[in-house]
Amino acid sequence: MANVGADSKSSHSKSSPGSTSARRTFAPWADPAARPALRFDGVSKRFSGVSAVDNLSLDIFDGEFFALLGPSGCGKTTLLRLIAGFETPDAGRILLDGEDIAGVPPHRRPVNMMFQSYALFPHLSVEGNVAFGLKQDGLSKAEIGARVAEALALLKLDRLGKRRPSQLSGGQRQRVALARALVKRPRVLLLDEPLAALDKKLRAQTQFELMHLQEKLGLTFIIVTHDQEEAMTVADRIGVMNDGRLVQVATPPEIYEQPNSRWVADFIGDVNLIEGTVTDADAGGIAVMSQSAGKLRAAPSREAKAGATVWVAVRPEKLTLSHERRAAEENCAAGQVVDIGYLGDLSVYQVRLDSGVVMKVALANRSRLIERPVGWDDRVWLSWPPAAGVVLTR
Amino acid sequence: MKRDPAAGMTASTPHGVWGRRLVVLIPYFWLAAFFLVPFLIVLKLSLSETAIAQPPYLPQFDPAAGLAGLKEFIGGLSLDNYRLLLSDWLYLSSYLHSLTVALISTALLLLIGVPLAYGIARAPRGLQPVLFVLVVLPFWTSFLIRIYAWMTILQRYGLLNQALLGLGLVGEPPVWLSTDTAVIIGMVYSYLPFMVLPIYATLEKIDHALLEAAADLGCPRWKAFWLVTLPLALPGVIAGALLCFIPIVGEFVIPDLLGGSDRMMIGQTLWTEFFANKDWPVASAIAVVLLCLLVAPIVLYQQRQARALEAGR
Repeated sequence: MANVGADSKSSHSKSSPGSTSARRTFAPWADPAARPALRFDGVSKRFSGVSAVDNLSLDIFDGEFFALLGPSGCGKTTLLRLIAGFETPDAGRILLDGEDIAGVPPHRRPVNMMFQSYALFPHLSVEGNVAFGLKQDGLSKAEIGARVAEALALLKLDRLGKRRPSQLSGGQRQRVALARALVKRPRVLLLDEPLAALDKKLRAQTQFELMHLQEKLGLTFIIVTHDQEEAMTVADRIGVMNDGRLVQVATPPEIYEQPNSRWVADFIGDVNLIEGTVTDADAGGIAVMSQSAGKLRAAPSREAKAGATVWVAVRPEKLTLSHERRAAEENCAAGQVVDIGYLGDLSVYQVRLDSGVVMKVALANRSRLIERPVGWDDRVWLSWPPAAGVVLTR
Repeated sequence: MKRDPAAGMTASTPHGVWGRRLVVLIPYFWLAAFFLVPFLIVLKLSLSETAIAQPPYLPQFDPAAGLAGLKEFIGGLSLDNYRLLLSDWLYLSSYLHSLTVALISTALLLLIGVPLAYGIARAPRGLQPVLFVLVVLPFWTSFLIRIYAWMTILQRYGLLNQALLGLGLVGEPPVWLSTDTAVIIGMVYSYLPFMVLPIYATLEKIDHALLEAAADLGCPRWKAFWLVTLPLALPGVIAGALLCFIPIVGEFVIPDLLGGSDRMMIGQTLWTEFFANKDWPVASAIAVVLLCLLVAPIVLYQQRQARALEAGR
């Protein structure tokens, strides 16, 4: 993921010339001078009294691939429909290139949407579907033909131009829907769960195609998804939503390694949360006393003050298992293996600590272990480095 | 190898095979007994010699004479009745009049029916069944009574003219009854549900996301109606048009009660030949030609559909 199409990425990051590692430098959100392509300014939307989007503010930048991630009903699709113009905000403003788009009807907005159901016109051929938007713009026949052909070639649909949507497979329909939305070269492309209807293998493959496409065309993409792997794979930044609010907006590694709350830590991937009280906080790290796992030491955090109740989050793959106790005094707990899930590439162990708390440990199966060194009911020691623990105050 | 247990069972038991065939045969039997056989009788009648009084008409097939009898029978058939239809302006004008009335009525029905169906389909979910019942409600009174009601509305000092005079829109009461206008009003009124229901059925099934997609791609609402809604509702529109056009061409009661006596529709001519002139062979010829006229557009339409489907593959 790190180096795919890196060069084209750098072309958008005008603010940092002369950079070598483009992915790292594409961070307009960190640049206070950068002007957002799309800005939500205190936007709220309610449906019959129920809040779908709640006083939400967000900047999305030119050339960014932004993912809105959240459980179903969190308001992420509503946010997309607000941009497309199918819903109007009850409060707040949506600015596209600095202009409020409140009064602009959907058919005049320079954004295009790829629908979750694809919404292909069944009475038109593949070409007819892709050409539909261009015809509305009153382009010449020759130009429409050329751009349709280009879009079909881009999505490897050249041979299917004359077919009807009903004569296509699910993956082909998905690509037609994408071609139809892309061909107008929108200012922002909106993708509503674009891969939800594909099977797992095809979805993984299409995620990469989507990234390549976005980088090649240099367009701004906003994708709505409930699949965290998908969001992590494709996006420059992820906005995690819950109950109509953005809980955290950050890059995929930050979201995973630096969640800002227990909710985000738990929603993205698996996590062990250990409750405790801060005994000592300094620049070198934070000492926490917990009832369930004894003395803990975690990465430094500004929010944690001595005496406060906090939660230490540790990802399962950052724990190690052993039969003997390690020399360390902190981040070390004894327990019994109660369950082992063999997933092929890794095994997940459920370990019940002496305090009764169950911890998850994920170990990569590096060698072909037919005989597992750690088995059911074994007494084991868990340990992890201080840097693996993240202190959460919320 | 895996086998579908259900398929295996029906294939192995002759009972199942016969049961299935019987189900298929019933509609064919129905069509043969109540459509094909009567049609053949009418066809034979139309090729027979005109004879005053009642059947049998000549030639008659004598099974006892065998093959020679069959030859004689076929030789005896004649197209004289069809020649008569072509030579006498009365029949041609009846056909033309029927087709004209049916075309105008169907066009008006489309103009009224499409927006009506669209309105019902776009109405709030809770209201739709009510509107639906309102469209079908006239069926709960007898058809004849409703046509008689139109006679009282359209007569010289009927409701319509009283309203027009009352509003001062006309000085003299215009003549409505016994005109083609009255016939067309009657047709449109009577056949409207047959136009609205199939169109509503197709409109209601159209995915709303398609209209959002059209808007998203830069298509204003009114244009999306022409580019998306109407093409998708086309099967319903065609079904409605056929459901109205075909019976209107052959309609007898409405033109007989509301129309004038100067120009007859083909249903009236048919009735006259059968019951007033008692000329069954000519009447049968009229019926056969009418059937051909009505079947032709349907066959053409279906062929075009099949070809369009082929082209898409």
